[in-house]
Amino acid sequence: MWTYEKRLQYPVNIKNPDPKLAQFIMSQYGGPDGEIGASLRYLSQRYAMPYDVCKATLTDIGTEELAHMEIVAAIIHQLTRNLTPEQIVASGFGPYYIDHTTGIWPQSSGGVPFSACAFQSKGDAITDLTEDLAADGALLHQRKKILPHHKCFHLQCGSICSFSIQLDIVRNGLSLYACSDLFDGVVDCLIVSLRISRA
Amino acid sequence: MINSRNIYSQLPPSVGESSEAARIMQVLNQASFALDDVVLYLDTHPADPDALSYYQYVKNLRSQAMNAYTDQYGPLRNDQERSTTNWTWISGPWPWEGGMN
Repeated sequence: MWTYEKRLQYPVNIKNPDPKLAQFIMSQYGGPDGEIGASLRYLSQRYAMPYDVCKATLTDIGTEELAHMEIVAAIIHQLTRNLTPEQIVASGFGPYYIDHTTGIWPQSSGGVPFSACAFQSKGDAITDLTEDLAADGALLHQRKKILPHHKCFHLQCGSICSFSIQLDIVRNGLSLYACSDLFDGVVDCLIVSLRISRA
Repeated sequence: MINSRNIYSQLPPSVGESSEAARIMQVLNQASFALDDVVLYLDTHPADPDALSYYQYVKNLRSQAMNAYTDQYGPLRNDQERSTTNWTWISGPWPWEGGMN
């Protein structure tokens, strides 16, 4: 069961429209590594997880991704406010505008509609958690390309940490409290994060 | 109000309809359902005093049932943890497993 809070998880206050940037950022909403896919991935994978710690984490992260989805949509919305016809044509936003005007619609930057084929839910914990790590890595990589110095980069680090820990737990068949590899998981994750941030 | 007798009769004995947890959960489900409905009504009828009064009534019912449940049986949301020693939020059974907390 879900309820809605009338606030953004991170504030968005964009002064100047930039339809070209909006089209790039659009992939973070409905693209192959976007927030819609992320949320559906985690919320769908919960049911096959063998440990409570994984069910809880996928529930909480899948829920947080819904909040990320709203942040990205707010960014696109604010970047496409008060556009002139000249801006639309010159920026390359025209093809999107023809189909959706400035409505928010889940597609990749290149115009491919959102597809569930962007994620997997295999019914196997190791397969799914490995995919989760890869997906978060891909999302971070894309975000780093668009906004290399922005704080939003860090919003995803927590979930990478968590997937790394969960994978350790499932692999070792241990409960959270018996998991001596817990800190190894955190360290692994930090190394992964550092590698991504330096790439 | 909906009758959820059949739903609970399918659950394991520990959370079956005879338990106190199931009784509170039934009240919570009913109050929540009523709240969902009156919220939709108010979205399109924002100046209806009767609906606003009914909203307050079911909101309080829901809040009481929520507190009663989470006091005794653990959190239903991840900001309701009462324990200072154990993160019971992760404890199953989860809703899709027939669990109630």
